Amino acid sequence: MAGSIPASASAEIAGAPQRPARPFSPWLDAWRRFRRHRLAVASLFILAAMIGAILLAPLIWRVAINDIDFSAHLEGPSWAHPFGTDDLGQDVLARMLYGGRISLAVGLAAMMVAMVVGTIVGAVAGMSRGWVGPALMWLTDLFLSLPQLPLLLLVIYLFRDTLKAMFGVEGGVFILVVVVIGGLRWMPVARLVRAQFLSLREKEFVEAARALGASKLRQVVRHILPNALGPVIVAGTIDVAAAIIAESTLSFLGLGFPPDVPTWGRILYDAKDYLDIAPHWALFPGAAIFLTVLSINFIGDGLRDALDPRKVM
Amino acid sequence: MGPYLLRRLVIAIPSLLGISVVLFAVLALAPGDPFGELATNPAIPPEVRMALRVKFGLDDPVPLRYLHWLSAMLHGDWGFSFASRINVDTLILQRLPATLFVIGSAQLLALVVALPVGVYAATRPYSVFDQIANTLAFVGFSLPTFFTGLLLILVFSIQLDWLPFVYRADIDATGWHWYWEQFRQSIMPITVLGLFQGASLTRYVRSAVLDVIRLDYVTTARAKGLGERTVVIKHVVRNAMIPVVTLVALQLPAVFGGAIVTEQIFRIPGIGALLISAILSNDTPVVMAVTFVFACLVVLFNLLADVMYGWLDPRISFG
Repeated sequence: MAGSIPASASAEIAGAPQRPARPFSPWLDAWRRFRRHRLAVASLFILAAMIGAILLAPLIWRVAINDIDFSAHLEGPSWAHPFGTDDLGQDVLARMLYGGRISLAVGLAAMMVAMVVGTIVGAVAGMSRGWVGPALMWLTDLFLSLPQLPLLLLVIYLFRDTLKAMFGVEGGVFILVVVVIGGLRWMPVARLVRAQFLSLREKEFVEAARALGASKLRQVVRHILPNALGPVIVAGTIDVAAAIIAESTLSFLGLGFPPDVPTWGRILYDAKDYLDIAPHWALFPGAAIFLTVLSINFIGDGLRDALDPRKVM
Repeated sequence: MGPYLLRRLVIAIPSLLGISVVLFAVLALAPGDPFGELATNPAIPPEVRMALRVKFGLDDPVPLRYLHWLSAMLHGDWGFSFASRINVDTLILQRLPATLFVIGSAQLLALVVALPVGVYAATRPYSVFDQIANTLAFVGFSLPTFFTGLLLILVFSIQLDWLPFVYRADIDATGWHWYWEQFRQSIMPITVLGLFQGASLTRYVRSAVLDVIRLDYVTTARAKGLGERTVVIKHVVRNAMIPVVTLVALQLPAVFGGAIVTEQIFRIPGIGALLISAILSNDTPVVMAVTFVFACLVVLFNLLADVMYGWLDPRISFG
């Protein structure tokens, strides 16, 4: 209806050219707040550099991870081997670059599993008005009081061989580790999502959508979930760090990936018996885990400042 | 207090049952025969194997097996370790004190570090002290326990040669010498675990105190002329501790995870090390029992947290 009176002074007039004012979006606003957290921004750069190195450096550093050379075993850092060599004379840098891809992939994949399961459980519990919600929350509390690492070890001990037979050594362990770590980390996400849903579902905009006849699924997907996403993203970021630690712990205990898949934890496991003669072998992968986890945690903290409206001060 | 405690106890029982169902379901869903080590040994003739299967009830339906297992656990019949050739409960009782000692002292160290630092940081938010404490806390819980353990061994055992890196349960000394040796060998494991816990605890304490310190009743306490010290210790900290107690209890599963790692690094003969060795030697009864003991400890400490709650927050007892 061209020519009708606009509802308010700021309403968009059809046809009139819009002045490109300063673009505003919630994401841009979040980025502005994120930038104020200096350590988080620095961490973002460090993490990006590490991911870049892991993805691109193998193209430049063309040393095979299983290139055995007994004449150069347990050597400290040198130009030929910047991070030194291990007991079989294999290049530690090449192994770390390869293992880093797996460590990070496990972290990201386990986080996805935890987020998806947690969001679904939390959403169902938050939307239900009957007995389903309390029952799901009882289940969540039950999982929270399970001893994680012992259970992780138990499941891996029982299922390892079957999955190895089904998906190959590397794939089987990868699937198992991701599913188990993710499957034991969804509870905080579920609680967060439920708490958000309980308050959001009573808000006017959801009521309006309900009044317009939006189905329950549409209310959740289009209206409630996008508003509940902030804290979930923060929890997810920190989950990546926790999953990387969990995977490294498993490998460090000798129960994660097999020796020919040198994840950072596995390199540490192999190196721990040579601590007195070849400390570099343990220090480099350990520092890599520490730096990755630290920068992810700082990024999570920055994201909390940027996205979580409940923050104090 | 009495009825409240009783109510919490009654609530704890279903969650213990739930945990035992989860554990048993994992075991029952697992492919292969968990007790197969004994039953598929070629040296054992088929008749004996059948008799063993019947004895262990391996061919019964799963719910029936669960009930058998549960009643056996409740009767104190925890099975027989295939690897150590002794009863599982004796084995665990031998190992439990070392684990509880390390976990308990580490938790104590964590509290001793986290409480003053967290409270002091919260009373001066965004000061230099607060920022340094916050950064160090981040570093603390980003350093995985297995890496700090190796670092400490590298520095204090290999480079400086001050501390032993193997924990011994049988120190051949008596009196003060024994305590000294015990102290020396416990420093590193307890520090590793305690600082890791303390780091995240510091952040919880800080944010809990920050939530409380700006409430009206604190202003009232100041207005009636109480010293800042009394206000913080008697009025702020006591209320701020309520959420912290929950978080300490909720963190316990993670503490046990850290304990397994530290026991493995420093070779402490605790139940965590027992779990790893049992897994590596396919000793199913021990694996199941240790996992269940860990679960029981978690539930027990949650119960303790509830009791602490009742003490910290008198409203709960009447509610």
